[in-house]
Amino acid sequence: MAASDAQNGVFSVRHAFGNVLAFFILLLIGVLAFSIRLFSVIKYESVIHEFDPYFNYRVTQFLTKNGIYDFWNWFDDRTWYPLGRVIGGTVYPGLTLTAGTLWWILNSLNIPLSVETVCVFTAPIFSAFASWATYLLTKEVKGAGAGLTAAILLAMVPSYISRSVAGSYDNEAVAIFALIFTFYLYIKTLNTGSLFYATLNSIAYFYMVCSWGGYTFIINLIPMHVLLCIVTGRYSSRLYIAYAPLVVLGTLLASLVPVVGFNAVMTSEHFASFLVFIVIHVVALVYYIKGILSPKMFKVAVALVVSVGAAVCCAMVAVLIALVASSPTKGWSGRSLSLLDPTYASKYIPIIASVSEHQPPTWPSYFMDINVLAFLVPAGIIACFSPLSDASSFVVLYIVTSVYFSGVMVRLMLVLAPAACILSGIALSQAFDVFTRSIKFQLPRLSDNSQAGEGSSENVVPNDSVKTDKTEDTSKERTSKKSKKKEKEPVEKPLSKSQIKKRLLVLPLETSVIAIILLVLLGAFYVVHSVWAAAEAYSAPSIVLTSHSHDGLHVFDDFREAYAWLSHNTEVDDKVASWWDYGYQTTAMANRTVIVDNNTWNNTHIATVGTAMSSPEKAAWEIFQSLDVKYVLVVFGGLVGYPSDDINKFLWMVRIGGGVFPHIKEPDYLRDGQYRIDSMATPTMLNCLMYKLSYYRFVETDGKAFDRVRRTEIGKKHFKLTHFEEVFTTHHWMVRIYKLKPPKNRIRGKTKKSKSKTSSKTASKRKELKRNPF
Amino acid sequence: MIIFIKVFKRREEKRRGFLWCIAKSRRSERMARSSSKDAQDLFRALWSAYAATPTNLKIIDLYVMFAVFTALIQVVYMALVGSFPFNSFLSGVLSCVGTAVLAVCLRIQVNKENKEFKDLAPERAFADFVLCNLVLHLVIMNFLG
Repeated sequence: MAASDAQNGVFSVRHAFGNVLAFFILLLIGVLAFSIRLFSVIKYESVIHEFDPYFNYRVTQFLTKNGIYDFWNWFDDRTWYPLGRVIGGTVYPGLTLTAGTLWWILNSLNIPLSVETVCVFTAPIFSAFASWATYLLTKEVKGAGAGLTAAILLAMVPSYISRSVAGSYDNEAVAIFALIFTFYLYIKTLNTGSLFYATLNSIAYFYMVCSWGGYTFIINLIPMHVLLCIVTGRYSSRLYIAYAPLVVLGTLLASLVPVVGFNAVMTSEHFASFLVFIVIHVVALVYYIKGILSPKMFKVAVALVVSVGAAVCCAMVAVLIALVASSPTKGWSGRSLSLLDPTYASKYIPIIASVSEHQPPTWPSYFMDINVLAFLVPAGIIACFSPLSDASSFVVLYIVTSVYFSGVMVRLMLVLAPAACILSGIALSQAFDVFTRSIKFQLPRLSDNSQAGEGSSENVVPNDSVKTDKTEDTSKERTSKKSKKKEKEPVEKPLSKSQIKKRLLVLPLETSVIAIILLVLLGAFYVVHSVWAAAEAYSAPSIVLTSHSHDGLHVFDDFREAYAWLSHNTEVDDKVASWWDYGYQTTAMANRTVIVDNNTWNNTHIATVGTAMSSPEKAAWEIFQSLDVKYVLVVFGGLVGYPSDDINKFLWMVRIGGGVFPHIKEPDYLRDGQYRIDSMATPTMLNCLMYKLSYYRFVETDGKAFDRVRRTEIGKKHFKLTHFEEVFTTHHWMVRIYKLKPPKNRIRGKTKKSKSKTSSKTASKRKELKRNPF
Repeated sequence: MIIFIKVFKRREEKRRGFLWCIAKSRRSERMARSSSKDAQDLFRALWSAYAATPTNLKIIDLYVMFAVFTALIQVVYMALVGSFPFNSFLSGVLSCVGTAVLAVCLRIQVNKENKEFKDLAPERAFADFVLCNLVLHLVIMNFLG
């Protein structure tokens, strides 16, 4: 007894020590998650990246300047001219509110950081939170060891890094944390059956709804899991407590967010949860009646309850179907439909299909984004099935659905990444557990076969049984079946029954040592790949580009040059037209009104701009004139070989424009189905505005007009613009800005007309000479 | 009741096969009587089983019934008058449903027959219940408009 007491004391001390250790490991994981995302700041500078983050940054600036009430009521007239946009009602406010709160707290603590700095570092901070949330979630599923492994995997999974490097100030940065944390609280509620956690769960869900449109994934995945539990006969009252309050509270909280509003009860994305809500009540009633009745009476009751319940369900389903069928899109939003039917977007909505991150991924991108996790996930799934608990079945369901979604859209690889990390963490920690235990068990016997060695090995056994959960023990039995055959060492002494069982779980020493070395190598490979991805592949801010060549590093800062020119040389109220990709940046950096931007809420408006870009000069001038446009901005990569320029996006402009205005036809721009801009190009292509604005005076650069992106000489080299004049071209010709010529007065005399023409031409020439290095 | 009898009949038919069905018509009356008697037995058993539940659980049950009844009245009213201030309707119905659901959760937790919640003190369960209700009704007050 005394010995066991002493042992217990040792264990509790060890346990406490383990907790402290786990705390410090978690702290280090947080530091790692934060610091691995700082490559972009170190290699470039502390700037906001890409397109959408600029909009979020602008909204945050507005929020910090004008306060929360003005933010909700903000009508933005600097975008979507002449329509404008109600920002407060159409934006997911979670990210901006988070960063605004952070900034406000820091300022009230007298830490004077700029809004931009806070925005840049929001994503790394939340990735640290996300890895802690992963620890909690995995701990609920398979214990602390698996939790720590999963947390460290998530801290540097390349897929998540790509969306959360410093400066990538986008919704996903906080949403992934919210997603994992909501799942954690759901599992926690499921394991404890506490209403307190259920309340927290719905609040976490509210935060997720605030942050990202991906919340529909949660509100569909959790009902699916509940249904799975019910169908497989795992219903418990904890399941009811975890689910029913979440639906009611979650729906109410979701409809508080202006951008969701009544959609939380009106659209089909949410109907699954209501259906399962009804089902779980029927099931709960059945279980209750089963509890209070004798089995014989219950048999009689089943028929009654089932028939009544089925009738009620049928009625509800009929009502729902009637509601759904009465709406034109069957209540589904286009993006969700393109998830369910991957070919939907390319068929009906070119504007969704045109975004590269909405395309299906390629196989290499899986390897790039989750690397070795892809191989560890199956092992993790197997580990989850032995023994299958409510929590582990949830994780399995999560990985299965997210694998499907990531196969439909590249962007949703981000949802897959946490699931892959959790399962790989489980797999790795289970594997390490088996191997280290077999080494621990065999080492003492290897050293000497005497009584002392036997005693120490006996000591090891209870140690292990404390350290590993009962769940893990059973899981090992399966792996040990193979080892049973391998074991050839003769049993020297009669062992107790538990010891025999333990012996059977043991792998040969050499095998386990080699396996551990291989696993460590695998982990090292993953770390190397992740750091490489963070440093090289995903840290470029995309508004500042660099290229290495034989004579050193080149920096292309043309975007900011162009936006600075706009903000310094144009009137405050001038309207700038460009393709929608550059709308957010223009409003945020140049502070000029744009016609369309990256929030693609009005397809017709975008189609109008697309039509103008694909029309001949005069028609385009008329369209732009009718929209009050003064400047047109095009992005051109032909000189330096920047591939994502407007000429490469041009076919989408044609498609989107042609979808609304049928006189624009895609075949007119293609020669034998091929998109080309060389001398074989169609006359429509060579005369459209986009071609002219991109290649105007291009021949003056090298005399041949060789396009480095398309790797060909352009088709039409010498031409003049009649309705536009070039006002600014950046250093590397990446951004070119044109001004619309004012409408001509009705002048009868020919002399006057020609005079005005020449004078304007010389004026523009002078300007060009001043600003163009070429 | 009628549905129940039909289901019962169909099952019997399946079990006994074709020949039996020919003779069935004569017996159907007797069967109906016996099954209705079964149902009566069932309800009596249900009632006696329910009568054994503690008083505090019965009070919670009454509360749940009242909340569901209120929700039903609102739905009927909506069907008659229309759902114009939709947020008011939604918050009204969802507040009733929400209170009912939370009360059911409380009932599950304080029920002594549930072995899962043996180590959960009824005071703790009630505190959780109050907290959850507080959140629910704050949200509803906000949503009411």
